[in-house]
Amino acid sequence: MMRAVTDNIDKPTATIFVYVLTMLQFTKRGIYCPQADIYIDPWLPVDKAVITHGHSDHARWGMGSYLCHPHTAAILRLRLGAATSIQSLEYAEATTVNGVRISLHPAGHIIGSAQVRLEYGGEVWVVSGDYKLTHDGISVPYEPVRCHTFVTESTFALPIYRFPEPASVLLDVNHWWQQNAAAGFNTVLLAYALGKSQVLLQHLGPANGPVFLHGAVANVNATLAGIGYRFAGEYLAPDIDRMTIKGAVVVAPPSALGSPWLKKLAPYRIALCSGWMQLRGARRRRGVDRGFVLSDHADWNQLNRAVAATGAENVYVTHGYEGPFARWLREEKGLQAHEMHLQGGASELMEDDL
Amino acid sequence: MRRFTELFVSIDQTTKTNAKVSAIVNYLANSDDRSALYAIALLIGNRPRRPVKTAALKAWAASAAGIPDWLFETSYHIVGDLAEAIALALPPQAEPGQAFTLPHVVNELANLLTRTDAEKKETITSYWRRLDPDERFVFIKLITGNFRMGVSRQLVIKALAIHLGMDEAAVAHRLMGKWSPATETMASLFSENTLGERDFQPYPFYLAYQLDAPPESLGDIADWYIEKKLDGIRGQLIVRNGRLFVWSRGEDLLTDKFPEFAPLTESLPNGTVIDGEIIPWQDGRPLPFQVMQTRIGRKNLSPKSLSEAPLVMVCYDLLEWNGEDIRAKPMRDRRNLLQRLLSSPTPYPALLLSEIMTFDGWREVADFRQRARESHCEGVMLKRKDSTYGSGRRRGNWWKWKTDPLTADGVLIYAQSGHGRRANLYTDYTFAVWDEEGVLVPFAKAYSGLTDKEIAELDNWIKRHTLERFGPVRSVTPRHVFEIAFEGIGESSRHKSGVALRFPRILRWRRDKSPKDANTKADLLQLIEALR
Repeated sequence: MMRAVTDNIDKPTATIFVYVLTMLQFTKRGIYCPQADIYIDPWLPVDKAVITHGHSDHARWGMGSYLCHPHTAAILRLRLGAATSIQSLEYAEATTVNGVRISLHPAGHIIGSAQVRLEYGGEVWVVSGDYKLTHDGISVPYEPVRCHTFVTESTFALPIYRFPEPASVLLDVNHWWQQNAAAGFNTVLLAYALGKSQVLLQHLGPANGPVFLHGAVANVNATLAGIGYRFAGEYLAPDIDRMTIKGAVVVAPPSALGSPWLKKLAPYRIALCSGWMQLRGARRRRGVDRGFVLSDHADWNQLNRAVAATGAENVYVTHGYEGPFARWLREEKGLQAHEMHLQGGASELMEDDL
Repeated sequence: MRRFTELFVSIDQTTKTNAKVSAIVNYLANSDDRSALYAIALLIGNRPRRPVKTAALKAWAASAAGIPDWLFETSYHIVGDLAEAIALALPPQAEPGQAFTLPHVVNELANLLTRTDAEKKETITSYWRRLDPDERFVFIKLITGNFRMGVSRQLVIKALAIHLGMDEAAVAHRLMGKWSPATETMASLFSENTLGERDFQPYPFYLAYQLDAPPESLGDIADWYIEKKLDGIRGQLIVRNGRLFVWSRGEDLLTDKFPEFAPLTESLPNGTVIDGEIIPWQDGRPLPFQVMQTRIGRKNLSPKSLSEAPLVMVCYDLLEWNGEDIRAKPMRDRRNLLQRLLSSPTPYPALLLSEIMTFDGWREVADFRQRARESHCEGVMLKRKDSTYGSGRRRGNWWKWKTDPLTADGVLIYAQSGHGRRANLYTDYTFAVWDEEGVLVPFAKAYSGLTDKEIAELDNWIKRHTLERFGPVRSVTPRHVFEIAFEGIGESSRHKSGVALRFPRILRWRRDKSPKDANTKADLLQLIEALR
């Protein structure tokens, strides 16, 4: 039985592990590269961190320095303060740290999201971060990177998660909005403020009516405007006249669900946009009117395609259904696949991935 | 099938009652009789017998999806609903463009009962190839049953009442009992005179809410009948045209399970319907409920089981008298008729009259309720003397006032994810008490009683404090203590703790207690002794 996390923070895990993991170690602070002395998406303060993308569960506060894509850098400055020490790296541009060649490659998850490629002594490892293979029309599309060892997320790594085409879902969203407006209801779409909100805004037909934003979404949009992205939608000021939002769509983060902020939007119909909406139970539990299956993660088919495209012999599975996916890759695909429970299995908590 | 699936989707997509009702009304308005009847039957839970075993369905689904059995099993546990798991796992629709009517599909499934496994597999997997994803889900639901799609029976009745321009109570009555959508018409089911043809048909049961205010709020005690609330099976006993029918509240026809009542066919006048509690009874008092459960569970009733668990019906209401529906008469009158019937010169040994207890004021009732277990009941029923016999659960005229439950403190040791709305959340818990050797032994399983917020918090904790996984079940660090409420307790050799509980549920999370403060097996055995 391998254990991914030891109680001693800085000590690598069991001996056998150090032997297997030449390039990377899974420690209590995060995924660690001893040769370069850097951590990838660490969750405790370290000196040097490589950040795959700007979501708060990957980009945390308190690192000595950050290395990431320039677009992620802009997001980090918004979240962590302007004084943060950040070095940025364009996609496919490389930097070398103590002999380890480090480069970032598009992950297609959100604006600025990257896979991290590490090469040392002829050995290539890739850490996927969060990713998806479908194109959202905003982030730079995912590119497969050949490697010997692939560390992949597995948020939706079960065969029940095969998502419909985003284009058809977005059509449904627009259609629903029109239906609601015709029936005298405003439309509230709940989506993660960074990433999915922008995908919605990009595809909401402006001809259908006015588009308003929750403050959290408006803030993210303001930051993204600084790096050249423009999205539809106007900040919904607290003193706004109810009549101006009649028949409108309002985009808000999932945390708005059940909050008093929603009250002034009445009468409304509300929908949650998330890959988790694939399951009826997940939707019904939240008591929303509709659930749209819209994800910025790879589904079952995409994960399998991604793993195959890397050509990797070794796969470490993290962040999600590690056990089943690793076993599937081992038994059905003949790969050396291991499950890696980071942070005590917290990744299973779906609320984190809305 | 397509239209029924659309009905399902529109019901599923809303939480608003009115929207659901209008979806059903709309469906009925655009359906032929046959499809409407099949849809109604399914919506209120009259479904065909299940033609295939779960294990077979799972195996066919895994093979159609091209995944190993264990992966399907894992997926199923995440989804929490077999039909949904299969519908999601199957590959895209292979042969689109075909339409099937609902009666055709339901009948084909019913016909599968007598087919070989290979034929069953062929029929079912061929539907899978031809149906779209939503239709598949509904189709598999038809097979697996528990077709609860977010509409209550009451809601279907409401929609039918609107559709037919009928009174809701009349619709409810017509829907009772077992009727076949294949042979009825909308007219025969809802409007034709049914005398002679629908002898079997029970009346909708009138149900009481738990009293949630001081009894003084009910006014003068002289206006109320006060009876013991017994813990048996609520039943309706019907004798019409020389035939006997015994229905449970769940609308199971249990006539054959209760041979004690068979002689009533001869002795009770035709056109008699009695409402009462079916309960094992000996020496002038009820036997423990487990006796009943063992008896109900038996396939073949031996003389031994009949003598060990002799049943009676404790009668508390008369709904039909001389073939006349008397539910609209005041309870006082119905009760008088019932009393007269049961005190006839030729007695009915299997029928007892529910005793009306007299008290000097509500204070005394409260005292009795407090000590109800000593009188072998679980509280009192309060029924207004001038109340008519209603339909369904209503407030106002009938109340149940149950005694406080028994309680014990247990330690959470196992958790399992729930189903449906609670899928993917650890909501089914097993609790343990300490045995003589200081080992925690499971004594209760419960999955209700916590708020959504507490469930979320506990779910989070469970995922971080898992010791071992056994399929869908996890063992967790014994840390949290819960107060478990239950209605009864008995010895059981099937449980490690040696006890079995009746209706266990979580009363509260005892954050102030640590595992060492939990109850012991000895405490529970002592409790059983005390209740004897």
